[in-house]
Amino acid sequence: MTQTTAESPARRQRAQIKERTLRTDPWWRYPLVTFIIFTAFVVYATWTIFDASYFVSPYHAPFTSPCLATSCPEEARLFGLAPFGDWYTLPPALLILGFPGGFRLTCYYYRKAYYRGFWLSPPACGVAEPHKKYTGESRFPLILQNIHRYFFYAAIVIGLILAYDAVKALIAKPGGLGTWILIVNAILINLYTLSCHSCRHITAGRLNHFSKHPIRYRAWGIVSKLNAKHQELALISMFSIMGADLYVRLVAKNIIAFPFV
Amino acid sequence: MSYKAKFRVWRGEGGEGKLEDFTVEVNEGEVVLDIIHRLQATQAPDLAVRWNCKAGKCGSCSMEINGRPKLGCMTRMSTFSEEETITVTPMRTFPVIKDLVTDVSYNYQKAREIPSFTPPADVKPGEYRMQQIDVERSQEFRKCIECFMCNNVCHVIRDHEENKPGFAGPRFLMRIAELDMHPYDVADRKDSAQEEHGLGYCNITKCCTEVCPEHIKITDNALIPMKERVADRKYDPLVWLGNKIFKRSSSKS
Amino acid sequence: MEIERHEYDVVVIGAGGAGLRAAIEARQQGKRTAIVCKSLFGKAHTVMAEGGAAAAMGNVNSDDNWMVHFRDTMRGGKFLNNWRMAELHAKEAPDRVWELEAWGALFDRTKDGKISQRNFGGHEYPRLAHVGDRTGLELIRTLQQRVVALQQEDEKLHGDAEAYIKVFQECTVTRLLKDGDAICGAFGYWRENGKLILFDAPAIVLATGGIGKSYVVTSNSWEYTGDGHALALLAGANLINMEFIQFHPTGMVWPPSVRGILVTESVRGDGGVLRNSEGKRFMFDYIPEVFKDKYATSEEEGDRWYTDQANNRRPPELLPRDEVARAINSEVKAGRGSPQGGVYLDVSTRLPAAEIIKRLPSMHHQFKELADVDITKEAMQVGPTCHYIMGGVEVDADTGAAAVPGLFAAGEVSGGMHGSNRLGGNSLSDLLVFGRRAGMGAASYVDGLATRPKISEESVATASAEALAPLERSGENPYEVHHELQRTMNELVGIIRKSEEVSEALEAVEKLKERAQNVGAAGSRIYNPGWHLALDLRNMLLVSECVAKAALLREESRGGHTRDDFPVMSAEWRTKILRCALTPDGSGIAVEEQVQTAMRDDLITLFDRDELKKYITEEELAAFDALAKE
Repeated sequence: MTQTTAESPARRQRAQIKERTLRTDPWWRYPLVTFIIFTAFVVYATWTIFDASYFVSPYHAPFTSPCLATSCPEEARLFGLAPFGDWYTLPPALLILGFPGGFRLTCYYYRKAYYRGFWLSPPACGVAEPHKKYTGESRFPLILQNIHRYFFYAAIVIGLILAYDAVKALIAKPGGLGTWILIVNAILINLYTLSCHSCRHITAGRLNHFSKHPIRYRAWGIVSKLNAKHQELALISMFSIMGADLYVRLVAKNIIAFPFV
Repeated sequence: MSYKAKFRVWRGEGGEGKLEDFTVEVNEGEVVLDIIHRLQATQAPDLAVRWNCKAGKCGSCSMEINGRPKLGCMTRMSTFSEEETITVTPMRTFPVIKDLVTDVSYNYQKAREIPSFTPPADVKPGEYRMQQIDVERSQEFRKCIECFMCNNVCHVIRDHEENKPGFAGPRFLMRIAELDMHPYDVADRKDSAQEEHGLGYCNITKCCTEVCPEHIKITDNALIPMKERVADRKYDPLVWLGNKIFKRSSSKS
Repeated sequence: MEIERHEYDVVVIGAGGAGLRAAIEARQQGKRTAIVCKSLFGKAHTVMAEGGAAAAMGNVNSDDNWMVHFRDTMRGGKFLNNWRMAELHAKEAPDRVWELEAWGALFDRTKDGKISQRNFGGHEYPRLAHVGDRTGLELIRTLQQRVVALQQEDEKLHGDAEAYIKVFQECTVTRLLKDGDAICGAFGYWRENGKLILFDAPAIVLATGGIGKSYVVTSNSWEYTGDGHALALLAGANLINMEFIQFHPTGMVWPPSVRGILVTESVRGDGGVLRNSEGKRFMFDYIPEVFKDKYATSEEEGDRWYTDQANNRRPPELLPRDEVARAINSEVKAGRGSPQGGVYLDVSTRLPAAEIIKRLPSMHHQFKELADVDITKEAMQVGPTCHYIMGGVEVDADTGAAAVPGLFAAGEVSGGMHGSNRLGGNSLSDLLVFGRRAGMGAASYVDGLATRPKISEESVATASAEALAPLERSGENPYEVHHELQRTMNELVGIIRKSEEVSEALEAVEKLKERAQNVGAAGSRIYNPGWHLALDLRNMLLVSECVAKAALLREESRGGHTRDDFPVMSAEWRTKILRCALTPDGSGIAVEEQVQTAMRDDLITLFDRDELKKYITEEELAAFDALAKE
């Protein structure tokens, strides 16, 4: 089957080079930095689940929004709803954190970053990975990454809720620092959501004739521009949501007072 | 202007070999391939290197320079310091023939496994009508000069020889995407992309995009969109349901 | 020594545009076909073509048709073209381009969805089908993928993908073999392991491209060693028009890694000026009499032209290509060149950096990436670069058949189509049109054979001894001989030729031929570049001798042949073609004059009398008048 080249017995061998890599640049920096940042994010997110100071009127800590349990303060409930009833006694964040979490977990950027930083598969380009076998996303469980688009739909809803929270804050406290932190965060989160590869596919990426769908094509163009910045948006919005969340909690804990009224 | 550089070049035949040290003159404006040629002309007349256009357009002189896949003709010496030892090896993923020349037949075999462009039977040459915006995506992928550095760097086969039979590599997964997005291609490529050509092996770590000398966004524009197209078909019950309903209603009308 | 043997109906040597198109055609005609190429499959020099493929499809301007294209081609070639080839080319190019589209090519589009066409020098209407500036790549990839498609078809039908078309890549042919007068096979070696290989085939299509590697400064790749030209000569075929070589005036000359690569003419069109080592804009000294009233005589006027073209004459940097090349050549010869043997082309002092990047993005990128030169900050060094040879194997226009039965040629290796000068864009369409015709010609030749010619063991032994000889010698380094040949041709048979210099070159070539007999190549047979070069030397020397001899004989200046001692075009010489053949003892080249056949009546009447009279003799003009009266 091979394209014809002459046969010679020794030729099926790769060059025997013992070194795992011959790279001389600090290739380990990217996986290391990724590892540290992501670990910090996960640790923080886990802590927020058990932290009860997620609301201080009119600010809602984004990691716990929307609040859907009966344990949520009246004012913190989304449209005043508590659909789960009294039987649910676990922390309210547990109900919703899976959606944005899942969105980021299955995001094409995050996948790249943690496959490199955590699983070392590969740690960097041209650096051998430590694993004996590799099947990638062709089998369970990683084949489940293909459901990314459902998390995208959920992330749209979460993004809208965060925007709603920010608008509520704006109405109640237009000059509040927290208000503007929430607004900036909501914008970044929504930009990150819209820059998603699944979103790009859904707007028009799946079509073969852009010219027959001019509006979708235009949307695709915008999403594509955002998509080129997906990695940056993923990281910036990660920091912004952590920062916004922490700010609200610190205010709620009375550790910092409300500046600017 | 000119200085003596330290080079380590892998030399050997059929796998066996070692890094040999050379000290060689470097002049202003030269690229790594020039230095390899100088070694040929002055110190090692039988040093094997594959090259052709010397302008980054044919993709023949793929090699690994300080451990990174590069075109020898596009890697300027000025990107290295004069003290640095520059290590040049053949591409690691393919069997070596001699020195820097590898047997890239894997790639030609994979090329042949991808079903060719399949236009509708009733369109004759000269009757094709396509809008620029409809061909642009595939045109990006057709910029490929087949240097095979993406396939070389992809850990799926670089680190796992056993995956070669079931994995077409970024180059040819991109070829599938190119055809799947072609306005006139009627072949169904989604199932086979996943089942036969190993799209699922790709974990989008983007090394293919990093090494592409044509700066094609292989991962973002070809592989991920293809994964999404496969997801439409195979992993998305909503789409499946939608298609069913849509088909039924359209067949009624 | 064991020699690998293969039997085919048609063997195509070369896998560029012409070779692949020929092979596809032969296979489509049901012939078992081999493609033999020196590089990897898909790397041929065709990838370097940027502009596009000229075909009068009339997509952009519906006034375009084959007759206009035919006229442009003949005009470009200064009426020396094989008019039948120019006719077929103009008529068939659109079909060939459309066919590519049906094989998967994606050309740039017009608003109404057709193939877009661009303007190019010498073409009256927008005519070049293109894909950005990488049309050659698109063409070769499409043909390569068409070959793969045919192999997939064969796999389904016969269970063997390579049953009817097979690629022998990184394999060099060193000899064509004959049985009596007719071709019976080809002999060569695998570059990768040095093993010998024999093709038993009654028909051979040469599609090996050009000869640029006989020159120091060339836009051509290492493969362009004139193999097909030499193989044809050695097999007894003739070469024509070998004196006509197209030099592009501005190729990069520095740094060495990119020497010869083209610098687009638009650099000059956008304000770039040529300066010598003294900083002088020397082009003002080189405006020929006939152009005196059309070009600016002062720098001030020239500079005003860029903004006000109506009231000023254009700067002399924009003179025709051969004039500019001649001027650069003279400056360098007078010792006023740059250290690396070019002159300076400068935009950096003429336009703001941002403007340069906006107007010349690809040039900015090319110099930045390849040369680490920032053209917004420093001048480029440029000089004429050997670009294309119009001459080649004399073939029958309709079938691509050479004088030797069973031998065919297409593309740059064939001669006639482009006359004395090729128009940009006509080369890609030439490959397609005549690649197909040569493939068809070969197929029907094979069909018409009563018996298959046989390879004699003796000819194989001779070819094999010849191929292995350099390995057994420990003589001079072949690189030395090659460099000397390149220098000789570049300096003495370059863009401007003089009788004494060409004679000097011929003497030098004679000496180099002797030295080439003794070059040795140390090392093993496995991928040994020294050995490969030693074998290529024979071809380059033969071809160089053809170029020099023909250049010495043609005492006029026309298209790609400029004689300092005969600076004008002569109507008498237009009727003559110079034909090179191997001398009977095989030691050298003999050149003879051949009468050009008169154009068919319906073709010559496509031209205006006023135009024709600039080119043709009084008698020819009288005949034309008689024809016009009828």
